[in-house]
Amino acid sequence: MRNPQLNANGELTHLLSIEGLPREVITHILDTASSFLKVSHRDVKKVPLLRGKSVFNVFFENSTRTRTTFEIAAKRLSADVINLDVTRSSTAKGETLLDTVDNLVAMHADMFVVRHAASGAPHLIADHLHRLGRRDVHVVNAGDGRHAHPTQGLLDMYTIRHYKKDFNDLVVAVVGDILHSRVARSDLHALTTLGAAELRAVGPQTLLPTAIEKMGVRVCHDLRAGLRDCDVIIMLRLQNERMNGALLPSAREYFSCYGLTPAMLALAKPDAIVMHPGPMNRGVEIDSDVADGPQAVILPQVTFGIAVRMAVMGILAGN
Amino acid sequence: MSYPLLHLRNARLIDPSQGIDGRLDLFLADGRVAGVGQAPAGFTAQRRIEASGLIACPGLVDLSARLGGIEAELQAAVAGGVTSLACPPDSKPPLDEPGLVERLVRRSDMLGLARVYPIGALTQELAGRRLAEMNGLARAGCIAFSQAKCPIIDTQLLLRAMQYAATFGYAVRLRPQEHFLAREGVAHDGEVASRLGLTGIPVSAETVAISTALQLAGETGVRLHLSRLSSAAGVKLIRAARRAGVPVSCDVAIHHLHLSEVDIGYFDSNARLDPPLRSQNDREALRTAVGDGLAAICSDHTPVDADGKQLPFAEATPGATGLELLLPLTLLWSEQTKLPLTVALARITSDPATILGIDAGSLAVGCPADICLFDPDQLWQVTPGGLRSQGKNTPFLGREIKGRVRMTLIGGRIVYEA
Repeated sequence: MRNPQLNANGELTHLLSIEGLPREVITHILDTASSFLKVSHRDVKKVPLLRGKSVFNVFFENSTRTRTTFEIAAKRLSADVINLDVTRSSTAKGETLLDTVDNLVAMHADMFVVRHAASGAPHLIADHLHRLGRRDVHVVNAGDGRHAHPTQGLLDMYTIRHYKKDFNDLVVAVVGDILHSRVARSDLHALTTLGAAELRAVGPQTLLPTAIEKMGVRVCHDLRAGLRDCDVIIMLRLQNERMNGALLPSAREYFSCYGLTPAMLALAKPDAIVMHPGPMNRGVEIDSDVADGPQAVILPQVTFGIAVRMAVMGILAGN
Repeated sequence: MSYPLLHLRNARLIDPSQGIDGRLDLFLADGRVAGVGQAPAGFTAQRRIEASGLIACPGLVDLSARLGGIEAELQAAVAGGVTSLACPPDSKPPLDEPGLVERLVRRSDMLGLARVYPIGALTQELAGRRLAEMNGLARAGCIAFSQAKCPIIDTQLLLRAMQYAATFGYAVRLRPQEHFLAREGVAHDGEVASRLGLTGIPVSAETVAISTALQLAGETGVRLHLSRLSSAAGVKLIRAARRAGVPVSCDVAIHHLHLSEVDIGYFDSNARLDPPLRSQNDREALRTAVGDGLAAICSDHTPVDADGKQLPFAEATPGATGLELLLPLTLLWSEQTKLPLTVALARITSDPATILGIDAGSLAVGCPADICLFDPDQLWQVTPGGLRSQGKNTPFLGREIKGRVRMTLIGGRIVYEA
């Protein structure tokens, strides 16, 4: 089976998932992001890497935050950015996903940044472009269903590397709704590829995917056991609709069992960092004292996110 | 209609129903088999068919093939050597009224291709709320009753449906899948679905439904057939029930004998099947169940147009085209498992004919001359253009497979020749 995101030379041509990416490709993205981080601190925050290129943000699912970071990243690379809120336009008129793509290709899109509620939608688009012979058009997955959110995974890796330097001895706990989380899946693939020492998935059975241990993690149903002596804690957002009684009895009970409070955080290593992909539910998965505390690196994640997305788009455009 | 006297020469005849595997000529008269190995007295062939190097077996009997566009699909059937097929009731509209069944029977009779045996709806509109007119449907031509893919959520109604069917001696076929456990699921609840972020259908969706069906069948005495098993645990339950003397039969779709969840690959919507492809362990159990005769094989032929598959995995229409692949994929399974062809071909000829209770699947003297003549060694590639079915959707697209039908006869008439 062809790895759909690498070209014949093993170079990244789409970013669809972190799964299956060679370690060198990930490291190269992180190193490139590092150089772009400086751009963001300059007076003139632009480099001409994508000048004359059109980046289409095609969001079949609402997301202001992620779309904005992609938009900023593309603009700092001097690309023309077109935002399409597809939830409200074409699909409402019955146009299929691939019809939309064909139309945008006809408008000379060079890159698609795609978010879709169905797992695998960006793969479908990449496959379609492959069949059309359009090797010059690139796809960046900005989140598909529960499957992957690779740029978030990469920015999480950037953040961890920034604070911890090396992955080899790290104990990382991912806490919360892993079942519905594309971020968790991307993080776990990245961390196993980068060689983290121990990965823990922490949550009640209703929020953990079947056979998650096959992804190289240790399952902990108890938050205390999950956090003990860890170096990195990745908290996941709990969607409101998960709390309707089918998966969890209530937000209150969830917080009492799995909420990250200062007392719980104290079980981790003293220099442990706390991450969250945002937006946070304060008082549901994370206590404000932790979210705003010295160990939280949630806002740096956002800053790094722009550099990482610049790196991804820059590398894709060059391949 | 006049039937020529045919002499089928030099083929290797494999007829599982008679335990035959050998070079025996067939003599056909009046649409039936008149002689096996030896011409009946006074037989003078009007046409001889030279078939050296080919295998002749009873025309294939398919336990489940959806028709959609009936003519193209019946062409596909005979091109695949299928001469009798049972058609599930979930057509549009569903087969819940005698008139619709009569029309289907008349239409297929007129085409004179594969024989069509309709399965009637167990409940009106397949909605699982009110019993369908089973008696009228049976008189119109239905040979069994089922819900196809539609659930009966109300277990009391399922009991009533079985009681009513048992009253008249009708067979009930159920696709065992508990509705709530399978809700929104699109793939086997296991490693692959977890990794790809697809909503899972747990094995318990199948085992809970099998247990319920077996309990109720035991209570009502209805003839029960469970369609398209997908799991090792499901096989185990049915095996135990059979040992305990419950007269239940079952089948496995041909895709599930060869594929597993891993074949979803990068979200290949052609591998979006119902029931889902499960683990390799499940596949092995299904192979064993078919090998030892617990289960028959069906094609589960479900033509889906391209639009229904050019979608993200979860949104794609489930199903695969199967009529033209049933034989080669059964041969492949037989080659891989080293089971003799008499055993392998039984699963797609005599076994399903027995389950359906129809006069087919045998080439004994007096049986209908429904014959599949194939070249077991001919390699061919599965391509959209090469398939007669309107459904080009199959996980085997692009694969090279062995075994090609060269001629199909129904009632002694040649209906397909390649």
